[in-house]
Amino acid sequence: MAYRWKNTLTAADITPPGVYLNRRQIMAGLAGAGVASLAGPAVAVEDLTPNSWDDITNYNNFYEFGTGKEDPANNAGALTTAPWSVTIDGMVERPGAYDMQDILSKMTIEERIYRLRCVEAWSMVVPWNGFELADLLALAGVRPEARFVAFETLYRPEEMPGVRYPVLDWPYVEGLRLDEALHPLTIMATGLYGKPLPNQNGAPLRLVVPWKYGFKSIKSVVRITLSDTQPPTSWNKSLPREYGFYSNVNPTVDHPRWSQASERKIGGGLFASKVPTLMFNGYEREVSALYDGMDLVRNF
Amino acid sequence: MMAWIWSGTSDPMIARLNTLLRHIPVWAVYIVGALPAPVWFYLGVTGGLGVEPIKALEHELGRLALQFLVLGLLVTPLRRYAGLNLLRFRRSLGLLAFYYVCLHLLVWLVLDVQVPQQIWADILKRPYISIGMAGFVLMIPLAVTSNNRSVRRLGAMWRRLHRLVYVIAVLGALHFAMLVKGLQFEPFVYVLFVLLLLMMRLRIFGFFFGLGVRRPGGVGESG
Repeated sequence: MAYRWKNTLTAADITPPGVYLNRRQIMAGLAGAGVASLAGPAVAVEDLTPNSWDDITNYNNFYEFGTGKEDPANNAGALTTAPWSVTIDGMVERPGAYDMQDILSKMTIEERIYRLRCVEAWSMVVPWNGFELADLLALAGVRPEARFVAFETLYRPEEMPGVRYPVLDWPYVEGLRLDEALHPLTIMATGLYGKPLPNQNGAPLRLVVPWKYGFKSIKSVVRITLSDTQPPTSWNKSLPREYGFYSNVNPTVDHPRWSQASERKIGGGLFASKVPTLMFNGYEREVSALYDGMDLVRNF
Repeated sequence: MMAWIWSGTSDPMIARLNTLLRHIPVWAVYIVGALPAPVWFYLGVTGGLGVEPIKALEHELGRLALQFLVLGLLVTPLRRYAGLNLLRFRRSLGLLAFYYVCLHLLVWLVLDVQVPQQIWADILKRPYISIGMAGFVLMIPLAVTSNNRSVRRLGAMWRRLHRLVYVIAVLGALHFAMLVKGLQFEPFVYVLFVLLLLMMRLRIFGFFFGLGVRRPGGVGESG
């Protein structure tokens, strides 16, 4: 079931490609509170201007293609994204390899204009196309004992020059609690600005969890595993003091090496000013109930 | 101070190179060395540094500072082990390193952090910034005493004072290595390079590797 969550602008408002490259003003954001049945955008509406195609496709962290921000744009061209299949296994009714074309034929693609906040204190606004992760998981049938979802990125050294270096323990892995994974804001993106997802942005299929730091939104996913134990995650394995399992965007909990209170919006040039970071990246209304009673300083 | 005693080396290639170097005026090194800063700034303003020019400019200026520090540290080993004489340029290399550290700091303060309260918090709370800041502070006395008058006035003290550059280079390389996410290649090249250049100054290094030393008699330069 698609359209559980609504931008105030949705698929109906998609502008022809020539126009949105001019950075039109887009109204998007908090309305709907994650419940599509709520009629009309009665609550706060915010101006979200998506970053340009150039911004979004030339400033990426995808260490499998190098640690420089432009390395993915320069090196990801060689990545073969078709054919592609995603293995869904673990605590599911129908484990197996799901072909990308089959998945797409069963999903409804919608546009989601989300803020993206990197743990490095920069941010963008991205007009994703994709479907809810909940719908993909429903294909495989989540068994009742499952509590967590683990994700794995493709590991293909011959097409990924960055994995020659032990920057991280390859392959890249991430994880969510099942309720986070099933939240209507959590999507699997397949496109950008109505076009197929560029390789440097995680083609052909990537996770997008807009209230968490960007590294949680794992790219080029090849495996999804349901389990009853919290799965390991790459950055947490590498530096547990700096990157927690949750990694929710939180301006009051600093990274040990830098402040998370503010962020720089990409695209403002050399004299761009900083803006305050929002709790849960501005999706507090939608997701804070997931963490009721939790100490967010300890569970960073 | 004893560069004038220096008369040459047995290697004709190096000797030719030394002659060539004698014809390069020091002011040219200052100009060519300082040029990247305005070029990078211009690129940043005009979109040539990608979609996030602030970090790009800040990192490039920091990288240039480290590179000039490493070049400065190369002068003595190159002279001692290869017979190449760059001593005339050492002051300019050091001052250019200081110039880039100042610009790097300025970009960080004015364009990057912006919020004054956060600047102090960052310097005190964030080890990699504390370390970078310590490196900058230690460079100030060296820059101030880099003129001929100070060299004369301070005498032996001057040389001892300027050994601070060893500490500064280590702090600079550490500052870089501590700032990156994950185990990245580039900062460790600088750390390794700086450590290697410092090791080459140890007497024990000369003992083990000193067979090939091309050292002109009477030159006791230890910097």
